[in-house]
Amino acid sequence: MGSYLAEQLLNGLILGSMYALIAIGFSMIYGIIRLINFAHGDIVMIGAFVTLGLVMNGKISFMVIVVLVLLAGALMGILIERVAFRPMRGAPQVTGFITSLAISILLQNLGILLLTAQPRNFFIPDYLQVFLHIGPVSLRTIDLAIIVTAIVFMTLLVFLVKYTRLGMAMRATAENLNVARLMGININRIIMLTFAIGSGLAGVAGMMWGGKYGQIDPLLGFVPGLKAFVAAVIGGVGSITGAMMGGYLLGFAEVLFVGLLPPIYSSYRDAFVFTTLILILLVLPTGFFGKKTEGEA
Amino acid sequence: MLEVRDSHVYIRQTYVLKGISLEVRHGEIVALIGANGAGKTTTLSTISGLTRASRGSIQFRPDKDMPQRDITKVPAEEIVNMGISQCPEGRQVFSDLSVWENLLIGAYLRKDKKAVQSDLKWVCGLFPILRERSRQSAGSLSGGEQMMLAIGRALMSSPRLLLLDEPSLGLAPQLVELIFEMLEQINAKGTTILLVEQNARMALELAQRAYVMETGNITLSGTGKELAENEEVRRAYLGAN
Repeated sequence: MGSYLAEQLLNGLILGSMYALIAIGFSMIYGIIRLINFAHGDIVMIGAFVTLGLVMNGKISFMVIVVLVLLAGALMGILIERVAFRPMRGAPQVTGFITSLAISILLQNLGILLLTAQPRNFFIPDYLQVFLHIGPVSLRTIDLAIIVTAIVFMTLLVFLVKYTRLGMAMRATAENLNVARLMGININRIIMLTFAIGSGLAGVAGMMWGGKYGQIDPLLGFVPGLKAFVAAVIGGVGSITGAMMGGYLLGFAEVLFVGLLPPIYSSYRDAFVFTTLILILLVLPTGFFGKKTEGEA
Repeated sequence: MLEVRDSHVYIRQTYVLKGISLEVRHGEIVALIGANGAGKTTTLSTISGLTRASRGSIQFRPDKDMPQRDITKVPAEEIVNMGISQCPEGRQVFSDLSVWENLLIGAYLRKDKKAVQSDLKWVCGLFPILRERSRQSAGSLSGGEQMMLAIGRALMSSPRLLLLDEPSLGLAPQLVELIFEMLEQINAKGTTILLVEQNARMALELAQRAYVMETGNITLSGTGKELAENEEVRRAYLGAN
């Protein structure tokens, strides 16, 4: 029983790592231009396919692939911001929201058109499939890689946002676009960078998603996108720390619901997850790290 | 130094500035007074580049021996680099950033590290409370302290012209007194000031020259003393009978 619980906690940690990475971008993008970006999950899908393409097309080392996928996600984020969201700047919030839905559907259908809806097997190198036994639990190296990679990227991000001049400008821009401009901050560049960073992390999460589940298809972005949205809301949308915490919390909650409840309930796991969300929001309407004065649209 | 000529500004289809012209000379303190909604804040944000005029021009000459430049269409993020800094209405400090970060971000574009350090020293000399609270988040400061921080932040870009929007707003009288004294010191150090105020009495006392705005137009101008003695101004803005 002890090892069963440990296995479940480990699964929660893996799932949470991916949710957290996706939720960060979601939250950052909302934080800076108050946009609920429903196309964010589809960047996860793109990250997964770019990984698969790179793995199949040559002998590039996996470390290099991580960097390339990060860049691909970032470029995709920049492209979407430039083409779809920048022209909508200043429009009512709901306009941006609908635009993001449109982009999401567009990306999914482009995926189906170019890659077919048929799920494909995801390849990862053999050394990522080795089973390890640590104390009571056994896991694959890919699981370990997911956990460690997520922590590395999150640490880098927190450092960037907290301690660099760029991070300071990002925080200032998120708080007040106009006053940030008065300081001489080029807010277009900061917004672009925010999309790049958030989407890059989502791309890396897509790589992990494929590695974890072994199969990918053009519609795979929907579920992680939705879960990241929940994670970001639990943490307090706009807060990076909140998004990370929300991601892990959601990962644990989901796995524990499945693992600890009688098996007949396990297909209701999303129902339990969203009930938890409602309960949390009843007590903490702005999430764990949200601001109280988030009134305006 | 600054010449606004016949500026017309619309904000979301509302005609806010109906052709205003004003001038600020090197070394002056100029006040812009008027009732709520007269267009004072819009005037400042048109100068600082946040709002674009549909007609008219704005000329700026940072120093007497420098060439005059047309800044009508220059965006806000570049104008601050040319020597105009706006301290926005209602303070608007970055409340998530620390006090120190707020000051540093005021100097965001500056590369001269040494001069930035000495300006930090100077600003903390003007407002010693900022050094004391440097690690606190700006949102945790009191209203008066936030005002000092907002002025300090605006000074950190080392402006030739400081645009100040209602520094007295919501502050206790002694605090307003203190802040106006600091403005005199800032001006004495060579920074020209364009001051928007509802507290007409104090503004006219401080300023060498002043303009009166009413519903998008400039209706009166003169020296601070002249306007303080003007019957209309006394009745409308100074509470005299």
